Amino acid sequence: MRRVLLAIALLALAILPLVAGKFYVDLFAKIMIMAVFAMSLDLLVGVTGLVSLGHAAFFGLASYMVVLAAPDKYAAVSLWTSLPIAIAASALLAFVIGALALRTRGVYFIMVTLAFSQMVYFVFHDTKIAGGSDGAYIYVKPQANVGAWSPFDLGNGTHFYYAMLALLVLTFALLRLLLASRFGHALRGIRSNEQRMRALGFNTYAYKLAAFTVAGAIAGAAGYFAAVQFGVVNPEMASWHQSANVLLMVILGGVGNLLGAVVGAFALVLAQDFFSSLTKHWLLPMGAFVIIAVMLLPGGLIGAWQALRGGRSGHG
Amino acid sequence: MDLPIFLIQVLNSVQYGLLLFLVASGLTLIFGIMGVVNLAHGSFYMLGAYTAFTLSSLTGNLFTAIALGVVLAVAFGYVLEWVFFSFLYRRDHLQQVLLTYGLILVFEEIRSLTVGDDVHGVSVPASLSASLPLGSTMSYPIYNLFISVACLVVATLLFLLLRKTRLGMMIRAGASNREMVRSLGIDIDFLFRVVFALGVALAAFAGMIAAPASSVYPGMGNQVLIICFVVVVIGGIGSVTGALVAALLIGFIDTFGKVFLPDYSGILVYLLMAVILVWRPEGLFRENAV
Amino acid sequence: MAGVAGMAEATLAAHELTRRFGGLVAVDRVSLELKGAEIHALIGPNGAGKSTLINLLSGGLSPTSGSISFRGAPVPHARPEQMARLGVGRTFQQSNVFMELSAFENCRLAAQARLPRAWAVYERAIDCRASTDAAASALRSVGLDARADIPAGVLAHGERRALEIAMCLATDPGVLLLDEPLAGMGLEESQRVLELLRTLRPQHAILLVEHDMDAVFAIADVITVMADGAVLASGSPAIVRANSAVREAYLGDVV
Repeated sequence: MRRVLLAIALLALAILPLVAGKFYVDLFAKIMIMAVFAMSLDLLVGVTGLVSLGHAAFFGLASYMVVLAAPDKYAAVSLWTSLPIAIAASALLAFVIGALALRTRGVYFIMVTLAFSQMVYFVFHDTKIAGGSDGAYIYVKPQANVGAWSPFDLGNGTHFYYAMLALLVLTFALLRLLLASRFGHALRGIRSNEQRMRALGFNTYAYKLAAFTVAGAIAGAAGYFAAVQFGVVNPEMASWHQSANVLLMVILGGVGNLLGAVVGAFALVLAQDFFSSLTKHWLLPMGAFVIIAVMLLPGGLIGAWQALRGGRSGHG
Repeated sequence: MDLPIFLIQVLNSVQYGLLLFLVASGLTLIFGIMGVVNLAHGSFYMLGAYTAFTLSSLTGNLFTAIALGVVLAVAFGYVLEWVFFSFLYRRDHLQQVLLTYGLILVFEEIRSLTVGDDVHGVSVPASLSASLPLGSTMSYPIYNLFISVACLVVATLLFLLLRKTRLGMMIRAGASNREMVRSLGIDIDFLFRVVFALGVALAAFAGMIAAPASSVYPGMGNQVLIICFVVVVIGGIGSVTGALVAALLIGFIDTFGKVFLPDYSGILVYLLMAVILVWRPEGLFRENAV
Repeated sequence: MAGVAGMAEATLAAHELTRRFGGLVAVDRVSLELKGAEIHALIGPNGAGKSTLINLLSGGLSPTSGSISFRGAPVPHARPEQMARLGVGRTFQQSNVFMELSAFENCRLAAQARLPRAWAVYERAIDCRASTDAAASALRSVGLDARADIPAGVLAHGERRALEIAMCLATDPGVLLLDEPLAGMGLEESQRVLELLRTLRPQHAILLVEHDMDAVFAIADVITVMADGAVLASGSPAIVRANSAVREAYLGDVV
């Protein structure tokens, strides 16, 4: 049943550009980028049990790398070199921040990740690296050329959409592989009972740091493409609002379930789109929505769906 | 740097540090006693400032406004704990983070709807509008001194409350061992409500007295929140003494940082936190040192 | 890895181990040796410091003074992961398992802890024969193989105690530190565990903390009695049984 639904959803996403207008193609491309971002955070929160309130730091850094990796403003960089550079930068930042933050636990960890991401935000906001608080334009989008062959054009909405769909599927598959491996099982063990994991001989600090770094790298990939789509980078991409946003997607969809992160991204972005079209003061219904959703759906949307199916079919 | 300028920076550091302490002490107590991560704590600071603005426009007198404001803050805190926060204790940290984040959004929009998004100034009361001369060319506003003095008075009262009263003893016990307090038959619900109201009042009061000196603007709550988190991390969760030491430390580093390294001053506080983390991950004063 | 039968050198030893908590001396200059092919029982009233001693020996707590040595070599500043890697396995007095995971996965994770190449992410965990075989074998030895797929949180109390032991076994330790493994078990389960310990004895050094005196005197090669953090007496069961201080303080008329 689940596989059928997944197949239908994938098919729907695949044919969307053929039936919908530019607005929806762009919106869903954005959602898919956020879904990748959310899945990377779920690796930390849902799988390893690390609640990070600073995940946007890695998203933001990678988006700035689109601008910073270019020799000058009008040069066309190659996707195939600037993307790895951006991902590597995010991974490195995640490694450094993780090495320090993981010396703390529980609420301290939440606060420390928040504080470090604020540091990153201030580096972009206060200093003259790439435009300060105004941010910087991306005058020329990265090129996907390999020699003379041009497989796709990131500036083309439909091409970009399919590239993001490919990114989503690839990330999902990679994370599934990771979770099925011994490493992934160990992460789940750490979430369940870290003390016992240590007593068994696992170096849990190393595992957590590895997970933190991988999650940062994937968030970097999402940030890179977000910048490419948006055409502008600004410090808000590393702000704690962005961190809280992606955390919300994870819990809305259902913690610990990769698909949940994807569902959560869709639900939240669509909710934001809906509320902001209603009123200028849309943060009020949005805030109320957040509170109600978290209160009533502790297992997120996926949890609610499972409860619904379980109840109806009579299985426990 | 000559003496008058140095003195001004020292006074600024102390003022900033003491204001931070008032807000952070509430945060650390709420987390230490009730185990709740409250992202909306900065909103109380912001709401206090806007309340001071509104009430002082209405009454024409800042002191009356502050007195009324504190009473309102205590009542608001009491009701908020009762209606909303009491449901958070059983939830895990992730849910608390997001629920209180939602609360921030709600508070911001309510403020936006009732008072608007403009930046406001609150006039310094005439009795405190003079300046203290320092050296031949510089002077320091008396009101800023008043802020520091007021914060010191409140801080002293807080320490007296915590160390010399029965209520304070229960609070300190609760900060280090919630279960023990519960098993001693103390009315936990009442204790939690009091602590929460106290925390709200402290943050709101800080916002109120700071308003004339630093202007009242929408983002002020969020800014102060994150710095307060750093204060609590450095000072140690549940430790009011730690919050004081950390807040003053941050006050000095931030103020002098702005003088010597203006481009990087925003980052210095976090660098300090990073250093402390390498050395003492649980904070300078651990939980039992309230 | 596993202790060799008949070796005179202690596999795991405590030397004048002391642990204070503020003014309380929980463990007071305790010296103890765990030798291979030996079951060393540790008995004493509640609060005698037995669990604290196990915490010290397994690296869960750091000593205030004194030291621990493994096969004669000192282990300063031992952390739990370190001791586990040396081959010191332990069970907990309060069952400390992975509640959401199945009994099988609990043991499989335990076995995984000692395997190399943790970074091989392209291999599925359930295909890892080394860990799955060890888990199956551990569950079988405590009689839980029929309950392998049940989440640990759903198991009965006695079953969870058995799972504790199985997890410890799955790591293939040379030294076993067992903290009241029989507590909460029925007669049949207890007998099975004692039989298991007898089969394990030749290849392992075993420390057994227990309150069940019949079990202790039936199976132990060496008994150490603790009270108020200090060692009251230590020696063969016959010697301990005859010791008047022990009889007075603890055994009373039970013997």
